[in-house]
Amino acid sequence: MSAMHRFSGWRDWMVWPLCAVLLVLAPLLFSGSFALALLSQMGIAVVACLSFNLLFGQGGMLSFGHAVYAGLGGFLAMHALNVFSANSGWLPVSLVPLSGGLGGLAFALVFAYPSTRRAGSSFAMITLGLGELVYALTTLLPGFFGGEAGIAGNRVNGRVVWGVSFGPAIELYYLLAMYTLVCALLMYLFTRTPLGQMLQAVRDNPQRVASIGYDPQRVRYLAMLLAGFFAGVSGGMAALHFEIVNAETVGSARSAAYLVFTVIGGTASFAGPVLGGVLMVLCTVLLSAWTKAWLLYLGLGFVLVVVYAPGGLAGVLAQQLRLVRSGHLLRLLAWYGALAASGLVALWGVALAIEMLYHQQLHAASGSAFTFLGLALDTATPGSWFTALGLLLAGALPGLWVYPRCAALYAQAHAAAGLHAQPAVARGVW
Amino acid sequence: MEFLITTVLNGLSYGLMLFMLSAGLTLTFSMMGVLNFAHASFYMLGAYLGFSIAQRWGFWAALVLAPMAVGVLGALFERLCLRRVHALGHVPELLVTFGLSYIVLEIVQLVWGRSALDFSPPPSLQGPAFTLVHRAGEGLHAVWGAPPSGVCSSLADAALRVSCSPFPATRALTVVVALLMLALIAALLTRTRTGLVVRAALTHPEMVNSLGHDLPRLHMLLFGAGTALAALAGVVGGSTYLTEPAMAASMGAMVFVVVVVGGLGSLSGAFAASLLIGLLQTAAAAADVAVLPGVTLARLAPALPFVLMLLMLVLRPQGLLGRPSA
Repeated sequence: MSAMHRFSGWRDWMVWPLCAVLLVLAPLLFSGSFALALLSQMGIAVVACLSFNLLFGQGGMLSFGHAVYAGLGGFLAMHALNVFSANSGWLPVSLVPLSGGLGGLAFALVFAYPSTRRAGSSFAMITLGLGELVYALTTLLPGFFGGEAGIAGNRVNGRVVWGVSFGPAIELYYLLAMYTLVCALLMYLFTRTPLGQMLQAVRDNPQRVASIGYDPQRVRYLAMLLAGFFAGVSGGMAALHFEIVNAETVGSARSAAYLVFTVIGGTASFAGPVLGGVLMVLCTVLLSAWTKAWLLYLGLGFVLVVVYAPGGLAGVLAQQLRLVRSGHLLRLLAWYGALAASGLVALWGVALAIEMLYHQQLHAASGSAFTFLGLALDTATPGSWFTALGLLLAGALPGLWVYPRCAALYAQAHAAAGLHAQPAVARGVW
Repeated sequence: MEFLITTVLNGLSYGLMLFMLSAGLTLTFSMMGVLNFAHASFYMLGAYLGFSIAQRWGFWAALVLAPMAVGVLGALFERLCLRRVHALGHVPELLVTFGLSYIVLEIVQLVWGRSALDFSPPPSLQGPAFTLVHRAGEGLHAVWGAPPSGVCSSLADAALRVSCSPFPATRALTVVVALLMLALIAALLTRTRTGLVVRAALTHPEMVNSLGHDLPRLHMLLFGAGTALAALAGVVGGSTYLTEPAMAASMGAMVFVVVVVGGLGSLSGAFAASLLIGLLQTAAAAADVAVLPGVTLARLAPALPFVLMLLMLVLRPQGLLGRPSA
């Protein structure tokens, strides 16, 4: 972790202009309103996941209620948008996400105090309880939360600032892209500040931090304020994008999604939550539309990542990059290929079985036959089940032969390159 | 008066139900340091397996077999999955159990469907355990089972003014099962050799290990026992309340509140907090008192345990009986 956050010259900083160029060019590559909406949502998710990881990866605080700050920020942003639109709109629409951030900050000012009184497992349970409390409030205070329908607004309030009305989706995209880049940069800079460094120290050894005169609880509190602010900004961005905020945005499922995708992306590096945010949109929008079983795949994938790749996808990529630099990757590529091929075949078999089970459960009325990944399946005939089993065995048996050999070669390459495993996950006071 | 008595009894039965869950969670936490996020998922699994077993072999078989089956599943999960990440620290352990809660929820919905099941208790438990009969002028007295016909049916006759308050037999069963379980745990921990080793492992795990006891095996057994307790609560709770896919999430949040209020890792704290929250929530749900204009206390009842948790954290962050942290 510390190696990653050390100044290592101009190359680290070149990432940011590159990201900016990428964000400017992305709508040219992926044109079309659906692609643009996906890109905008990715920006929103990236800010939310980065703010989550500010707590978890940097501070060792595992939150099961992060959606509280994003969601409440979204509600406040929506109220701000509506109030100021009604009153001749002296708040520019472009500042609405900022008002969401201030909302998230305000709620964090209140909630962070009881939350940070305990660290470790207690912190996790407290955030879960707080999330449930806020969700319970959504039905009790329909005036603020708008009941089941939520609160809607209109970002096009007739005012045109510098020729921008935020009517066309592309104008909103560039606004959200700017917010994403600025928030990410600010959160990255935070890791370099004394407070950011103290936060990592509090994660690793709070007793020592306390003995040199810092108050760990105060450091955690300040970190939570900051995370609440950025989560609120992402909520405000979402309010502008969807033009509706409902109780779901503060719910436990959303909180869990931030956690799951940040961990899958990787919590030990700054790039991890960025990957996680992108993946979150891909899964919740595309995968969920493609298969009803997506939550099962997600749960299985999450457990696999935690058990076999604790550094997340970013951790896996970083390891490969190190092997590329030391020139050891080439001889592993064939093994990777074999492993990937056998894994994909096995996954195909498992997916067929899962899809057939779901089809039996959900669409029994529409007949037992359906197609999945180009294969015609029929849950009523044993042939389809044998196909699934056959694919699973065809992938798993060679895979079981390849995996230990590949792992051994990988460890060899690592040792030859003089690399040692990086600490994968935040430990802190657990 | 009879309202007060039934409310207290209902509160006690709900509180003891919470304790059945928080006891297993607390035991595994103090022993292994693992906060089992999927604890309530095992509770749900117990209810659903109990439902299927009850359909085939009857309710009493379900009460015994479902916890055993879930206990085996829990032990297998500890052996095959949790133990692999043990070396990585407690965060990955918590995350793995969190992922498991996702998987269990999906599998339960896959096998038993997405709507609530009709898990009704056996005929012997469907009536009231006893009924409080209050006849004006004669005072209060209890009748076992349902009151004789004709006693309560004269409600329409205003001059007699008889009121009957039944106490459901399923809730009585919850109380009995929870108390038996409590006695059994206490006996196992304080009177048997295994209990001795478990208690020693709570405070001096390295010493226990070096004395030749198989600590990983002990962890596996304890994790299995904890999940079996959760499943036992699931069979009882599933037939008393609702058996539905949302039961894990709602119960899970409540059990975590109990554990925070009682003090993480303290069994007696969990007991006190379970009863406190059970009574508080039942009383609030039954009370017809307006606390704010338009908002009755009953509507606030679901949020009350969380408010209690916040108050506890501000006033006494280590919980009722927990140890203050460094």
